[in-house]
Amino acid sequence: MATLHTRSAARAMMAPSVVLLLAWMVVPLAMTIYFSFLRYNLLMPGMEEWVGFDNYRYFLTDPAFFQAIFNTLAIVLGVLLITVLGGIGLALLLDQPMFGQGIVRILVIAPFLIMPTVAALVWKNMFMNPVNGLFAYLARSVGLPPFDFLNNAPLLSIILIVAWQWLPFATLILLTALQSLDEEQKEAAQMDGAGAWSRFTYLTLPHLSRAITVVILIHTIFLLSVFAEILVTTNGGPGTQSTNLTFLVYAQALLQFDVGGASAGGIIAVILANIVAFFLMRMIGKTLEA
Amino acid sequence: MGSIALRNVSKVFGAHTVIPAIDLDISDGEFVVFVGPSGCGKSTLLRLIAGLEDVSGGKILIDGKDATELAPAKRRLSMVFQSYALYPHMSVRSNIAFPLKMAGEDQASIDRKVADAARVLNLTDYLDRKPRQLSGGQRQRVAIGRAIVRQPVAFLFDEPLSNLDAALRVNMRLEISQLHQQLKTTMVYVTHDQVEAMTMADKIVVLNKGNVEQVGTPLELYRRPDNLFVAGFIGSPKMNFITGEIARGHGAHTIGVRPEHIDLSTSAGAWRGTVGVAEHLGSDTFLHVAVDGVGTLTARVGGDFPVRHGDQVYLSPQEGRVHRFNDEGSAIR
Ligand SMILES: Nc1ncnc2c1ncn2[C@@H]1O[C@H](COP(=O)(O)OP(=O)(O)OP(=O)(O)O)[C@@H](O)[C@H]1O
Ligand SMILES: [Mg+2]
Repeated sequence: MATLHTRSAARAMMAPSVVLLLAWMVVPLAMTIYFSFLRYNLLMPGMEEWVGFDNYRYFLTDPAFFQAIFNTLAIVLGVLLITVLGGIGLALLLDQPMFGQGIVRILVIAPFLIMPTVAALVWKNMFMNPVNGLFAYLARSVGLPPFDFLNNAPLLSIILIVAWQWLPFATLILLTALQSLDEEQKEAAQMDGAGAWSRFTYLTLPHLSRAITVVILIHTIFLLSVFAEILVTTNGGPGTQSTNLTFLVYAQALLQFDVGGASAGGIIAVILANIVAFFLMRMIGKTLEA
Repeated sequence: MGSIALRNVSKVFGAHTVIPAIDLDISDGEFVVFVGPSGCGKSTLLRLIAGLEDVSGGKILIDGKDATELAPAKRRLSMVFQSYALYPHMSVRSNIAFPLKMAGEDQASIDRKVADAARVLNLTDYLDRKPRQLSGGQRQRVAIGRAIVRQPVAFLFDEPLSNLDAALRVNMRLEISQLHQQLKTTMVYVTHDQVEAMTMADKIVVLNKGNVEQVGTPLELYRRPDNLFVAGFIGSPKMNFITGEIARGHGAHTIGVRPEHIDLSTSAGAWRGTVGVAEHLGSDTFLHVAVDGVGTLTARVGGDFPVRHGDQVYLSPQEGRVHRFNDEGSAIR
C-alpha cells in the first residue's frame, strides 16, 4: 500500500467488514460484561442482583484459575513447539522428490479434516486407553506396564492430541513456503560452499520466517480456546490438571450454573487473549515488514 | 590455473538428449562465450561445468584434474546467475561475505576482502542495504562481488545481463570485460546475444541443439564461418543467403553475403530490386530490398544514402566477400 490513495481506498474497502465485526462482537461483549457484575445463578432464576466486582474476586482467587492459566499457556506453547518443529521437519521431507508424493501429501493433511471430538475420542479409546489402546499393547509387548496417559499425564496427552490435529496445517503452510524458495538461490549457496545444514539455517529458515509467523499466529488463536478435546477426553481432570481457561469458564457456567462467575471468567479470558495478541502482533509486524 | 576441458561430455534428461557429446578446451585466463539460440543447451552445459547437474557421460577436467564427480563447492568455480540469486534477507555485505564465511575464514580477512570487492565494484556505499533496495545493475554487481571474493579458478556467467536495460547492459558489458583484464581469471559466459559474444569474447563457442558448431575468435567466426548456422548466427543484421541459379553461378548450393558487404547503386549493379523497408539508424541505413528472382536481401548503407520505399536500386556483392556453402550447409573453401 504505497500511496495515500491506495491506503484510503483500502480503508474504505475494509470498512463494511470492520463495522460488521464490531457489531458482532460488541453486543455479546457488552452483555457478558453486564452479566459479570451480577449474581446470576441458573438455579435461582429471578434473583439477579448487582454485586460489583465480587464475581471477579471469586474467579481470580479460585486456585483452579491459576492452574487454568498455566494449562492454557502450556497447551499453546507445547502444541506450537511440536507443530512448528514437526511441521518444518515434515515439510522438508515432503519437499523431497519421492515415489507417491501426491498420496503421501494427502495422507499428511488428513488429520486436519477430522473433527476435534472424533480425533480426541479416537486417541482416547484406540491409542491411549490403558486396557485396549495401541500404546498399552505396544508397552505390554515389550514387557512394560501400560501407561494410563489420560490419568497420569492428562495435560501432555491433550497437547499430543491437539498437536496431532494441527501438525498438518503447519506442514501445509510451511511446505508451500518451502516450495517458493528460489532454486537458483539454493544452487548459489551450494556453489558458495554451504553444506546442507548451512543452507537450511542461512537460506531456508529465513525464507520460512513469514510462514512460521503465520502458523504461530493462527495456531495461537485457536489453541487459546481448545475445548472439545478436553471435554471428551479428561473432562478437565483429574481434578483441574487439564482444565484450561475455556474449560474453566464452561465448568463455571454449565456445571455450577454460575453465569455471573462464568461471565467474569470470560472477560478475564478476553483480556488475557488480548495481551497475547499484543505480543503476537508485535512479533508479526516485525517479520512481515522485513 | 584455470583451464577447463570437456571430454565427450553428454547430458540426457529422461529420453531427451540435450547435449549429445561435446569436446571443448578452455585455456587459463581465456574469456569464452557460449552463444546459441534459446534452448540449445548453453545453460545446461554451464551447469554441467559448475557441477549443478551430473553429466550423463564423459569427463570434465578442471586445471587438468578430473572434476567430473566433484561437488560444486569443491570445483573452485564461481557462478553468476541470470536471476542474480542473491540471498534476499542478507545485507549486501553478508551476501558478498557468505562464501568466505562458509569457507571458515576469520572475520578480519573477510572484512578486508569484502571491502576490496566492494571498492572494485563501486558498492561501498551500499554494503548495508538489502538486495531488494538495489537497482538491477547494482544487484548484478553484488552477484559478481560474491563471485570474485572466493578467488575462483574460473567464473561462470549465465546470461548475467539479460535482465538489464539496453544502456546498462552496454555498461556492465564493459565492466565485466575490464574485470577480466584486471583479474585475468578464466571466464565462461553464456549469452544468446551475439553482440555480447562478439564484443567480450576471446573465443566464441557457437552451440546449436547441444552441438558445437564452431569455435573461434569473434573475427574468425565473422570472416570464416564453417557452416550456414554460424554464418547466420554471427553478425547483425543477419547474413543474406541466396540459393538457386545465382548460387550455382558461384559453384555453390548456397551463397551468403553480409549486408555490409553489398554495394548499392542507383544506376548499375549485379542484381536489381525494389526497396521495401528502409530502417534509418542515423549512422547506417538498413535497406530491405526485394530482388527479382532472389527474394528479400538486407543491405547496409551509409546513413545518408538517398533512397526510400519503392525506389529501384542495384545491389552488387563485394568481391571476395561471398561465402559459399555446399548442399549440407558446410562452407566451401
Ligand atoms: N531439468 C530439465 N529437465 C528436462 N529438460 C531440461 C531440463 N533443463 C533443461 N532442459 C531442456 O534442455 C534444453 C536446453 O536447455 P537450456 O536451459 O540449457 O537452454 P539454453 O540454451 O540455456 O536456453 P536459453 O537461452 O533460453 O536460456 C531445453 O530444451 C530444455 O527444455
Ligand atoms: Mg539458459
